[in-house]
Amino acid sequence: MSGQSVRYSYYPGCSLHSTAREYNVSVRAVAQAAGVELVEVPDWNCCGATSAHATDPFLAFALPARVLLQAEESGLDILAPCAACYGRLMTAKEEAHRRPDLVARFEKAIGRKLGPAPRILNVLEFLAEPKVTETIAAGLKRPLTDLKVAPYYGCLLVRPSKVTHFDDAERPTSMDKILASVGATPVDFPGKTECCGASLGISRVDLVVELSGRIVQQAKHAGAEAIAVACPLCQTNLDGRQGTAAAKLGEAFGLPIYYITELVALALGVAPGRLGLGKHLTNSLALLRQKKLA
Amino acid sequence: MATSQEPVIVGFLCNWCSYAGADSAGTGRMVQPTNVRIIRVPCSGRVNPRFILRAFQRGADGVLVSGCHPNDCHYSTGNFFARRRLLLLKRYLEYLGIEPARFETHWVSASEGQKWAEVVRSMAERVKALGPSPKLPSLL
Amino acid sequence: MKRVGVFLCWCGSNIAGTVDVGKVAEQARRLPGVVHVEENKYTCSEPGQAAIVKAIKDQRLDRVVVASCSPRLHEATFRRTVESAGLNPYFFEMANVREHCSWIHTDKETATPKAFDLVRMAVAKALRNEALTRGSITIEKRALVIGAGIAGIQAALDIADAGHEVILLEREPTIGGRMAQLDKTFPTLDCSQCILTPKMVDAAKHPNITLYTWSELEKVAGYIGNFTVTIRRKARGVDETLCTGCGVCQSKCPVKVPSEFDEGMGMRKAIYSPFPQAVPNRPVMDRANCTFFKTGKCKICERFCEAKAIRFDQEDSLIEVKVGAIVTATGFDLFKVEKYGEYGYGLYPDVINSLQFERLVNASGPTDGKIKKPSDHEIPKSVAFVLCVGSRDEQKGTTYCSRACCMYSIKHAIQFRDKVKDGRAYVFYMDIRTPGKSYEEFYKRAAVDYGVEFIRGRPSKIFSRNGKLVLKAEDTLLGRPIEVEVEMVVLAPAMLARNDAAKIAQTMSISYDGYGFLNEAHPKLRPVETNTAGIFLAGVCQGPKDIPDTVAQASAAASKVIGLLSHEQMATEPMIARVSEALCSGCLWCKPICPYQAIEAKTITEKIQGKVVSREVAAVNSGLCQGCGACTVACRDGAMNISGFTNDQLLAEVDELLGASRPACAAE
Repeated sequence: MSGQSVRYSYYPGCSLHSTAREYNVSVRAVAQAAGVELVEVPDWNCCGATSAHATDPFLAFALPARVLLQAEESGLDILAPCAACYGRLMTAKEEAHRRPDLVARFEKAIGRKLGPAPRILNVLEFLAEPKVTETIAAGLKRPLTDLKVAPYYGCLLVRPSKVTHFDDAERPTSMDKILASVGATPVDFPGKTECCGASLGISRVDLVVELSGRIVQQAKHAGAEAIAVACPLCQTNLDGRQGTAAAKLGEAFGLPIYYITELVALALGVAPGRLGLGKHLTNSLALLRQKKLA
Repeated sequence: MATSQEPVIVGFLCNWCSYAGADSAGTGRMVQPTNVRIIRVPCSGRVNPRFILRAFQRGADGVLVSGCHPNDCHYSTGNFFARRRLLLLKRYLEYLGIEPARFETHWVSASEGQKWAEVVRSMAERVKALGPSPKLPSLL
Repeated sequence: MKRVGVFLCWCGSNIAGTVDVGKVAEQARRLPGVVHVEENKYTCSEPGQAAIVKAIKDQRLDRVVVASCSPRLHEATFRRTVESAGLNPYFFEMANVREHCSWIHTDKETATPKAFDLVRMAVAKALRNEALTRGSITIEKRALVIGAGIAGIQAALDIADAGHEVILLEREPTIGGRMAQLDKTFPTLDCSQCILTPKMVDAAKHPNITLYTWSELEKVAGYIGNFTVTIRRKARGVDETLCTGCGVCQSKCPVKVPSEFDEGMGMRKAIYSPFPQAVPNRPVMDRANCTFFKTGKCKICERFCEAKAIRFDQEDSLIEVKVGAIVTATGFDLFKVEKYGEYGYGLYPDVINSLQFERLVNASGPTDGKIKKPSDHEIPKSVAFVLCVGSRDEQKGTTYCSRACCMYSIKHAIQFRDKVKDGRAYVFYMDIRTPGKSYEEFYKRAAVDYGVEFIRGRPSKIFSRNGKLVLKAEDTLLGRPIEVEVEMVVLAPAMLARNDAAKIAQTMSISYDGYGFLNEAHPKLRPVETNTAGIFLAGVCQGPKDIPDTVAQASAAASKVIGLLSHEQMATEPMIARVSEALCSGCLWCKPICPYQAIEAKTITEKIQGKVVSREVAAVNSGLCQGCGACTVACRDGAMNISGFTNDQLLAEVDELLGASRPACAAE
């Protein structure tokens, strides 16, 4: 069996092909290191996050349901690194059980039958898959010793718990464990599951600055040198609004916001230059250099 | 069978759990279809399969037996015997041409008025969908 | 020819609002055997019952059918009515047209024919009712009380004071239960121990009470008046008759473990008495933590015991007792507040639960009554009390209100303000519920005299900031988010049924609800009885309640027991199994299916074609049979029947409902 590669269906969603390209890069880098083949869902579409799911209940179901349908043929478990995509796919899977009316309408519209949904994994679950943890344990080339990282889960990975069935919604620890496994020091902080402001980043900048700023502040006060995230929107808000927040809250932060996969990839020996860390707005290379990790 | 179009479901309910559960549904004013007629028995273990066969012979559209949850029988073991017996009967009824959905066994406790109402609603709906029962010929 | 009287109850508008009673009456008159039909506004009322008696006499009725509420409510009532008119009470039959018809339907057009169906089924059954006579059994004049918290102690004392023997069973090393853990009680603020410990001593010293602590219920067999109960006396490791309770063993024991009695706020030894006022004042050995049981060495306690009472080789023993009645007072568990990850219990040492606060504020507790933070043993200057942790929360806890938490949390806030004069107390609540004598006044006092700050809002999160605890919430009266910084947080957990409540219920064949609370026979009219005759309920095992309600219920249960035990004999239900010896082939398939071992073989002799032959048939012991009817189905000959629920009667109901005679009521 060892020669055979493990395969997962891969649903990058729009972010990982655009604003969060570096997330895509690091997910693929970790997968490659772990000998995992990622098979992109053929002809995938938008998950319906943000606009569709807030305006039209049927569209909210139909968009992610079509993604599931597209992935069905491969028969593989789906990895959805974007927390919003993950949330939409999980919701569709749950609704498919509960709402035969939606399923019927969907099947009629698309002319195909919706089969049983595959397993859907977020990036933290993926990193906790036996094959991946084994690789991390065996292939640790550059342990992130002395790096104090606050794991930030945000809302969509762990909530609503009756949809995600993942970790403890109020006191999650899965990312803490992954950080510890690559030699970093996870820093528990109260903002772990607070809202970053999400898509209000466009319409209500003032709110996002306040919400994201507080999360960064709490992490900093808890002794963190960096924050790890598993969601493109969280990354954008914590990273991009940090400067404005600092001005508003009257203290400097300078906390790099890494994708958890970036940190894992670094620990597995992937060169920082390959990861596109320069795309982050808050300098994320200086800290690594200081810790002799880059 | 009578002229009425509404299907008739005969319910044999144990005195301690399900009959009381149906009472709770009443006390809670949980609206149900009018199809079920309840016959009170001491225990689901008192329900002789012959009672059920007789109901189908006389043209019942459905029969429902309900007792205490397994392990909670007022008489300790009655519902276990009922369960074994009635499972067997269900297969026999199917053999006789009575659709499985026409005969159901449920466990409803004295406090589960809501559950009882749900049992009645869903069974009435299924039996209605099946239409009139194929009356069993008199074998006994 | 049988003469049936049918009495149709309106139950005010309860039945008449949905069922056209007049129409049912009109149709009932045409039923075979029916000679009298009468409507009544309230059949169960005095005039309603008098009308039945009068009709029985005037119309020479020999069968009576009442169509009204559930037989579970008024069957006994009407049987007595019928009996008072000189008729056998088992000639009475009931049609449940309220709970099973008018209350669950809205359309008169369909409810009325259904009600008539129920009436004619009852008439068909009544025509086959037979005269039955009650038997009688001797009552064992002794009661068992399970659980020796305040409910069990109160019930035991009341029963014992009435002159009956009581066996008081407790699985912990001491009696006293939850109340012994409390400091003061609301709304009077009298000391819990001061009012409880005298009762504990009374219970231990009462000549009519036998106390079994560190003992558990193993098995219950039998029936009202004649229960046989098996009790497991767990190995105490101490000879109770020799032990003097001097306490040297506990002081010398080298092992320290968190004390259950102190809710982990203090420590105890591996041989221990939970608290100084424990009754009986005899320690127990905790084998799981005892060094000798772990390593085979130590025995320090034995070395120092002057009374030579230590017994390492003691084993559990089973004893059997006979009782006539049982009071179940098994108490409650607390909701595990860890389930609210956002409140940080277990993460922040200064987030504690209410029972832990009771131990902190208790003069005989681990801090001698000084409210100190577990983290640094400093006195907190501000405390937040959070209500409804697990209560009224379908997401994480239970749906119901735990009833006592508002009041005890207000009490905690008052106690804190009393002890820390410059401290600030906050209570986070959804609603403050104070339905009791002097309760609302107590709440007012807390707000006005003690300056307790009440905030209407359920915290969404508790987190640490600069060494303080921050409660994040929405103040729903101000309509805006707030953050309150305090030094200690006390979470009020929901009261839950014991985690083994289902097992206890199953041991006794009593019913319980979805939460595990034991079911009373009727929520209003039979609040302390269960549906199993002879078994009664007291305290929180039946549902959350405070001390006054618990004590009231315990005394109520005791009065029921006293009433029962005041008789030498009691009448038994005649609705039990009976054998037709003529039909019985003596196969005895009925014997193993009987849960009460009530069926035995017996030899009869009879004359067949002039020859005297003897053969074996089944015989039912009427004292043991409970009338479940399992045997009737096992009987292949149809020889076994249950009086009152005979095959003939039940089939008559089926036939009447579906038979050819079914009138086209719906078509009218």
